[in-house]
Amino acid sequence: MNLLKEAKQVVKHNIRDYGMYIALFIIMVTFTILTDGLFMSSRNISNLLDASGYIAVLAVGVMLVIVIRHIDLSIGFLAGFLGAIAAILLLNGVPVFIVIPIVLVLGILAGSVTGFLVAKVGIPAFVATLAGWLIYRGAILLVTERSGTINVDNEAFNAIGNGYIPSIAQVGGLHLLSLLLGAVGILLYIFSSINSRKNKIKYNFDVVSKPMFIIQLIFVSTIIAYFTWLLAGYNGISWTVVIILLVVIVYHFVTTKTVIGRHIYAVGSNPEAAHLSGINVSKITFLVFGSMGMLSALSGILFTARLQSATTTAGTLFELDAIAAAFVGGVSAAGGVGKVTGAVIGAVVMATLTNGMNLMGVGIAPQYMIRGGVLALAVIFDVMTRRQKA
Amino acid sequence: MSDYILEMNQISKEFPGVKALSNVNFKVKRGEIHCLVGENGAGKSTLMKVLSGVYPYGTYEGDIVFNGNVQKFNRISDSVDVGIAIIYQELALFPDLAVYENIFINNEIQNGGILDWNEAIVQSKQLLEKVKLKVNPEILIKELGVGKQQLVEIAKALSKEVKLLILDEPTAALNEDDSENLLDLLRLLKEQGITSIMISHKLKEVIAIADKATILRDGETMCTLDASKGEVTEAAIIKNMVGRDIGKIYPKRAKKEIGKKILELVNWSAYDPKIGRHVAKDVNIHVKQGEIIGIAGLMGAGRTELAQSIFGNAKNYKLQGDLFVDGMLANYKHTSDAIKAGIAYVTEDRKGNGLFLLQDIKSNISAGNLKGISANGFVNENEEIKVAEEYRASLGIKTPSIQQLVGNLSGGNQQKVSLGKWLFVSPKLLILDEPTRGIDVGAKFEIYTVMNELIEKGMSIIMISSELGEILGMSNRVYIMADGEIKGVLSSEEASQEKIMQLATQ
Repeated sequence: MNLLKEAKQVVKHNIRDYGMYIALFIIMVTFTILTDGLFMSSRNISNLLDASGYIAVLAVGVMLVIVIRHIDLSIGFLAGFLGAIAAILLLNGVPVFIVIPIVLVLGILAGSVTGFLVAKVGIPAFVATLAGWLIYRGAILLVTERSGTINVDNEAFNAIGNGYIPSIAQVGGLHLLSLLLGAVGILLYIFSSINSRKNKIKYNFDVVSKPMFIIQLIFVSTIIAYFTWLLAGYNGISWTVVIILLVVIVYHFVTTKTVIGRHIYAVGSNPEAAHLSGINVSKITFLVFGSMGMLSALSGILFTARLQSATTTAGTLFELDAIAAAFVGGVSAAGGVGKVTGAVIGAVVMATLTNGMNLMGVGIAPQYMIRGGVLALAVIFDVMTRRQKA
Repeated sequence: MSDYILEMNQISKEFPGVKALSNVNFKVKRGEIHCLVGENGAGKSTLMKVLSGVYPYGTYEGDIVFNGNVQKFNRISDSVDVGIAIIYQELALFPDLAVYENIFINNEIQNGGILDWNEAIVQSKQLLEKVKLKVNPEILIKELGVGKQQLVEIAKALSKEVKLLILDEPTAALNEDDSENLLDLLRLLKEQGITSIMISHKLKEVIAIADKATILRDGETMCTLDASKGEVTEAAIIKNMVGRDIGKIYPKRAKKEIGKKILELVNWSAYDPKIGRHVAKDVNIHVKQGEIIGIAGLMGAGRTELAQSIFGNAKNYKLQGDLFVDGMLANYKHTSDAIKAGIAYVTEDRKGNGLFLLQDIKSNISAGNLKGISANGFVNENEEIKVAEEYRASLGIKTPSIQQLVGNLSGGNQQKVSLGKWLFVSPKLLILDEPTRGIDVGAKFEIYTVMNELIEKGMSIIMISSELGEILGMSNRVYIMADGEIKGVLSSEEASQEKIMQLATQ
């Protein structure tokens, strides 16, 4: 009984953090029921994650841009353009391991240009990136004008969007390396949770009771195990998922554990106070837009590899999908608040909606409306819970 | 009908933790110019906000009788409707609209739902004549100087058939000529039967123009002086403005040997291109090790601007003159340069530009010196917690946990977090801007005690304050600022509230 009460308390206090996971859970269960289990099949979940990859990385980047109170509209076509550049380089025989760094660096350069316009020249980000939107759109057309769609036949490159990590061996029809990775993930999770709990106890911070803590551990571990099992039942973990996980881990780490991360949130929550604290606001702005450019490039690589080609319309509306994902993931338009994990979950929520409704054969018109409704609900929820706290 | 156009009876207004007005009585006779005088924080602006409906009926106690009727204003437009107009120091004009558009904003002349701008221009010309402003009503507001803009504001008020005109420090941003014009205009309007209330810090003006002067202090009415009886004199006003009991609220600090000069400004001027004038002019001051120097002055005197020009030129002013820190000529490009050199600045506006309200206590304390708790760019959170706990203990920050969001703390505790943040930078010179504004007496005492401890450790402090009591109680030396200039310097022995106020109201 006591445990139940505590569970309620925990959920209530962390409703902002848990809200998204709960929503995702409800959406997934609903689709599973409505599609007679088809939604939760190994094959479908694997596809869903792969399909959300290029938006997820953009969402992480744009989340940080929104945290520092700016916006970036140019990211969709920048991704499309850099994807086309990658395709052209590959077509001309440049090896993959050179193409990828080149494209990432180009992304950083493009992001720095935006950063320069916003931080140094003082142009509102909305306008500066709208100009970028037009320019990169023109640039895609320019490079694909002659050939139309550019096909990519480089297998190593295409594996980024379609391939899976090697299995080593199959165990009862399951993908062994994926299972091992899942197990490592669970161990890491348990280890870091116990560690941080120990730390909190050392400093006399409030922690949940031991039984509650164990329930949490078992709960999260089960979820990781379940998804690993699902993926292992199909082709295993895809390279796209590996890349998303890497991006999440690196960005989560940078935003929560480093001086730069702290500075980003400081600039976002009060730029003037940040300046008066000796933080170089324009340097941070540069950095965040630079990272945005790099992630746009990554998104372009993922998308091109997934389609195995660069098209003239690649990148269309990516920016709005990414921004929507970031807001569903709990970033605050007022700045200063937002999480990397939130942005990725937001992207998965949006992809889940699309995927589930496709499975159910819902028409494209209601799909847009429902996704719009979910976005509005997410932001309403965010505003309400914030007000409650204040 | 009563002789009084306005009677405010027994007005009390409380903010969380502060009683801003207590039983204030304020009566204005029809057709007079009535000045409202008092120190910063005495309650003048609050009283005028109650009158104009910014604080609606029900959020204060007492009643407002205007033109013989008890008024219950729910919003600003209610007070405008009965003929009360307030002109704030921060003018409410739209720089990119023409003069006539500004005059008739939200009071547009319509003809069957269609705006009649021609009529508006014609009427504007007449109104501008009334305020003796010779400009074409079709030019944009931003092309006029502040003095003329003020006249446009008055014309705007006249367009609404104002009966009571309230001016909040109308001459604070004006030069002598413009000020003189404005006072003449007020006299002229008086002849036309318009009653005015003027809030002013400049006593010479008050003496020149007031029929009556009411003095507020600490949210109470001290007295109303009558010019026709020869009561409105500088001495009488100052005597009533000051005189707060200093008592024992300032802890004694051990005599400390005064060391060498930590900071010196030589002919220091700061020009703010955004507002097009100097915010500090020819300032010569110095601070020695182990000293607290006070900078006194009234609102708008340029004290905060001076501090920010020293602190790495935080507002990008155009600077002239020399800044010496530790005897070396300093040329700071960024706030971080000043911090590196050992200067810390605790802002006046804690919530606006001092703290990160949505972040917890420990992140706020570490924000100025993340380097101090990190290695290779990685923040050591254990170290951060340790540091935050140290300051929580040494400054007496009252909170259940250092993970509490700063936005949820009381003013006094927020101020301690601000202090903690800057002490963690371990500066040589601490600039405190209004360190005790809006916090209760107990917390004030604690902050004074901390200041004394810092001095004993060899730090120096510049304290900007509008509270004469704390200036006198804490400073070794007091500089008095007005209009961006240092008007005088007094040692702690020679300083008195009267002398300071005299210099500050020049």
